[in-house]
Amino acid sequence: MSMVDRLANIDRRWIFLMMGLAVAVPIIYIGITGKTLPEQPTPLAQAAFDELDKLPPGSRILLAWDFDPASEGELGPMATSFVRQCCQRGHRMYFLTLWPVGTQMIQKTASLVIDGFYPDLEYGTDWVDLGFKAGNEAVIKTIATDFGQMFPNDSRGTPIESIPMMDGIVSISSFDAIVNVSAGYPGSKEWVLYAATPYKKPLLVGCTGVQAPQMYPYVPLQVQGLLGAIKGAAEYESVVNAWVRRDTVETLLEEAGVDGADAGTLTKDFFDDPEKLKSWLAEPAAGGLTEAKRASLVQAVQGVEPGIFLEAQRRMGPQLVAHLLMIALILAGNAVYFVTRRRGGAR
Amino acid sequence: MLKRNVPLLITGLIGVFLIVANFFPSLSAMSEDFTVFFGIIAAMAFVLGGGSLLKVHLKKISDRNAGWAYSLIVLGTFAITLAVGLLKIGVPPNPGFPDKPWSGSVNADGTAFEWIYEYALKPLSATMFAMLAFYIASAAFRAFRAKNIEAILLLGTAFIILLGRTFAGYYLTGWIPIDGPFSGLRIEELSVYIMQVFNTAGSRAIIIGIALGIASTSLKILMGLDRSYLGGGN
Repeated sequence: MSMVDRLANIDRRWIFLMMGLAVAVPIIYIGITGKTLPEQPTPLAQAAFDELDKLPPGSRILLAWDFDPASEGELGPMATSFVRQCCQRGHRMYFLTLWPVGTQMIQKTASLVIDGFYPDLEYGTDWVDLGFKAGNEAVIKTIATDFGQMFPNDSRGTPIESIPMMDGIVSISSFDAIVNVSAGYPGSKEWVLYAATPYKKPLLVGCTGVQAPQMYPYVPLQVQGLLGAIKGAAEYESVVNAWVRRDTVETLLEEAGVDGADAGTLTKDFFDDPEKLKSWLAEPAAGGLTEAKRASLVQAVQGVEPGIFLEAQRRMGPQLVAHLLMIALILAGNAVYFVTRRRGGAR
Repeated sequence: MLKRNVPLLITGLIGVFLIVANFFPSLSAMSEDFTVFFGIIAAMAFVLGGGSLLKVHLKKISDRNAGWAYSLIVLGTFAITLAVGLLKIGVPPNPGFPDKPWSGSVNADGTAFEWIYEYALKPLSATMFAMLAFYIASAAFRAFRAKNIEAILLLGTAFIILLGRTFAGYYLTGWIPIDGPFSGLRIEELSVYIMQVFNTAGSRAIIIGIALGIASTSLKILMGLDRSYLGGGN
């Protein structure tokens, strides 16, 4: 039996094994080394960041987490980054979901990001979990004009009248932007049709790879920022991480007594040349910083990030090898097809 | 006669009212009430869905159809999850109402419902989704053939998107200056161009076509010309 015949009749379990290794080896390698591939943000990922960044601190952001564990691997990292940007910027976050298991997705993001890295944020004042409501797009249509009718309580059963940050929330118009992370129906399309477009609210969408082509037609007038699959998440994550590091450095410098304009210049200098930070830390100006804050400053400049804020970039490694394998398999399959056809054996 | 005409009349009148309400602000409050009715009906659909699930799988078990054992597993897990959720097994009381045993949330940490989610639903759903990668790889080898011009175009586009969505895109064409006249030939730029231009044009055409189709079907339903939603094969 020739090589071509062997390939033509290859047991598909060999292909499964190759795909398993293509995903597993990079996961193990990245897990051991901690290295990730560099990301260049596309305009859509940058636009998603800019839209939340240009809103003043304290803006009201509606975060609709319409996904489930099946797509958590693809959508979880972008949900994490959206919340991280909102927390760092000081926006008020209103979580809700149209998917029954979306409540667990909200709880997971909140516990990972808010409880883990922004413990000073207070429930009911800085963020609230309104939970799940059945009814798909009818829920969106109703809250578009009367928020309290659909959500009289939060997910913990507290009446919204008792929640300080719900004061003044009457409809979709009360929010400054909507962020939707979606794995299907009901999801991004419904938020475009029934909330963002009729009430002219900025909408940022994070969706699965199969949904992304359906969302492109709404960019840029109805959807201002679009993150498609893990690639979009990785681009957005890299933008948010870089901004958070710079913001952290600026804040620490201001705490040390450096005034705003100088803090901005110093931050730029430190990121351009990290050696300058070492010499600055030896100066009397850095005397106002505690040891812990000095360590945070060094970590931020060196680009050290907690693992949960690198999840999307880590997943680009397995994606790269899996995509290359797919291309190789398509080429091999076609080579076998054409050789077999030349012999007169193809159907 | 009444069985058929009354639903037709209700559908027609409510449909026309909801369309008219869009143009008269004074009717918008009533229109919103109808949306709330929809929410209530949607919640009732969960009960109907449960009933339908029971009917289909009980019949399969009673007829001993192929795979009836799977139906048994479906019904067993359905009953367990429903009981755990409705009876709030292991749910701690809400801190605001400590003397009310059923006041807590079923999704709270440590509840039986949360355990089912964490250790059954979550790994099962993630596994199902992850298995797609293996089947797509097998299909790529066996079915993706450059048999004609259309298939070649499709393959070329697929390669650009597959490479453009990874670091390979930057690696292969990163040498083309990003500010130069040929920057559009970088694979990651080509990938974005395909998605934003070709895909958008095709998708918008489909969306407009679907919208026109929905409008015409809705009109037929409101006018009583399309009665398929009533069942009965007409």
